[in-house]
Amino acid sequence: MANSDTNKNSAKGDVQEPGRRDFIVVATYAMAGVGAAAVAWPLIDQLNPAADTLALANIEVDISKIAVGQSITVKWRGKPVFIRHRTADEIARANDTNLDDLRDPEVDTARAEKPEYLVLVGVCTHLGCVPLGQKTGEVRGDYDGWFCPCHGSHYDTSGRIRKGPAPTNLEVPPYSFLSDSVVRVG
Amino acid sequence: MSATQFKSPVVRWIDHRLPVFSMLHHTAHDYPTPKNLNYMWNFGSLAGLSLAIMIVTGIVLAMSYTAHVDYAFDSVERIMRDVNHGWMIRYIHMNTASFFFIVVYLHMFRGLYYGSYKAPRELLWMLGVVIFLLMMATAFMGYVLPWGQMSFWGATVITNLFSAIPYVGESIVTLLWGGFSVDNATLNRFFSLHYLMPFIIAGVVVLHIVALHRFGSNNPIGIDTKGPQDTISFHPYYTIKDVFGIAVFLLLLAMAVFFFPNAMGHPDNYIPADALQTPAHIVPEWYFLPFYAILRAVPDKLGGVLLMFGAIAVLFVLPWLDRSPVRSARFRPLFRIFFWLFFVNAIALGYLGGKPAEGIYVILSRVATAWYFLHFLAILPLLSMFETTKPLPKSISEPVLGSSGRTA
Ligand code: HEM
Ligand code: FES
Repeated sequence: MANSDTNKNSAKGDVQEPGRRDFIVVATYAMAGVGAAAVAWPLIDQLNPAADTLALANIEVDISKIAVGQSITVKWRGKPVFIRHRTADEIARANDTNLDDLRDPEVDTARAEKPEYLVLVGVCTHLGCVPLGQKTGEVRGDYDGWFCPCHGSHYDTSGRIRKGPAPTNLEVPPYSFLSDSVVRVG
Repeated sequence: MSATQFKSPVVRWIDHRLPVFSMLHHTAHDYPTPKNLNYMWNFGSLAGLSLAIMIVTGIVLAMSYTAHVDYAFDSVERIMRDVNHGWMIRYIHMNTASFFFIVVYLHMFRGLYYGSYKAPRELLWMLGVVIFLLMMATAFMGYVLPWGQMSFWGATVITNLFSAIPYVGESIVTLLWGGFSVDNATLNRFFSLHYLMPFIIAGVVVLHIVALHRFGSNNPIGIDTKGPQDTISFHPYYTIKDVFGIAVFLLLLAMAVFFFPNAMGHPDNYIPADALQTPAHIVPEWYFLPFYAILRAVPDKLGGVLLMFGAIAVLFVLPWLDRSPVRSARFRPLFRIFFWLFFVNAIALGYLGGKPAEGIYVILSRVATAWYFLHFLAILPLLSMFETTKPLPKSISEPVLGSSGRTA
């Protein structure tokens, strides 16, 4: 008898004071939410590059065979990287450009560690096509750098965007010269 | 149910046009459930959870797996070493497969003990057996994918079972292999089917639930519910109980995944497949062992295969072998004893299936196999005829609230 009375009282108490019950319910959902997020994270993160993909993320390139005025294209992280042995004229033109004329102002010296060698990610910053201008005879655009055939972006001899829809300059990948003839990209 | 009872106007708008919320509400909210269910009724929801975990982790694994004999093993190793959290996702997939079988075996023993397979739940039970068969096929093909020694030789042995069929056996095996041995063609089709079958299982589970909700859950005393005083709504009473079960399940699963991830596997599967050398002692995954023991107990190729499939076929006709009108073992003193004998016998078969097929193990396997079939084909029919059952309570409420069955 006493027992059922206490039960009744506590049941009544719950009705009058819903705060505690609400707290338990909210706390339960919150815990479930945290748990779900903790489980979701590894399932999402596995989509990111795996350790072996990251390990392939740098390459060494022999640049001693690139004659002045020639370019080579190498593959880095699945993307083309342009390495151009620039002529004195190209370097001069890149340096003489007025920064006010640039959509994405950057001085050439900030883009090339050694002025003779320009290293660029050969991916148009508009929508990802590979610009023309690597092979002799290819169109190089109004500024004698590269020209993207997809939607008509013109890049200059420093790989800077001059005309067309692309918003920014061709990206300069991280690189360093291991010696006079070897550059490491990545 | 009227759509107006949902608070959110968006939900009401959708539900009026597409009554998915009413359906869910009906299925998992105010579905009246017997009030006396014990923890043995947790394993259905746990099986559902296991299936969901398998599908999610499986889809993720498939993103990094390569179904080719030259790359499969290495791609799995890459998942283990290089893919972010890949080791964890693979171990979850591996160990949940084992836990899935543990859960489903308990779910089935629950049905055997409480007579859940009897009228009007025969189809519900048979759909369960279909799920069980599909699970075995899925697990078998999944085990082939890492292309280790056990994968290869397990696949060889199991597919060769079909060669026991007279006249056409050899041609069927060639057809299954897509060649003259287990090879690249086999691996590719197994991957395709391994991806497909869990979704078929999910479809059969829906049918299983529809059949369940036709008459509602059975219960530990095995008599029908007689009205509202015998039932409580599924939500919140059984949802919270299921959530508690899920918490315990996940705790145990995490323990296996993080501390004993390979305890239920076989080390030989970390050796790349070699078509020219069979491992000294080849065993299937633990959950196949009872059936494997039955296969090996018979000294005849075709006979062994038939008996092994027969061991599952007999489950299909169980509702017509056990004709006793009393469902729950609680009121069947003899059945109860034989149930536990059957249970021990089934465990014994599992143990024997993992032992080499020689000496005393062969003899014991034969005894246990005989007992397995005797239980279904002789003991159950005889018990239905001769067993004196205990008096049944008048309602579910009666044993709790006294003979009047009044509500407090
Ligand atoms: C993927 C595997 C399975 C899933 C997801 C599943 C799911 C469920 C769920 C959620 C229930 C209701 C809760 C419960 O009573 O525990 C249930 C009931 C049931 N299941 Fe399964 N099940 C599976 C496999 C099986 C198998 C293999 C069998 C038997 C051969 C089986 C036989 C039954 C029976 C007889 C019931 C009704 C039990 C009762 O009300 O007493 N199920 N199942
Ligand atoms: S992608 Fe190069 S201009 Fe659009």
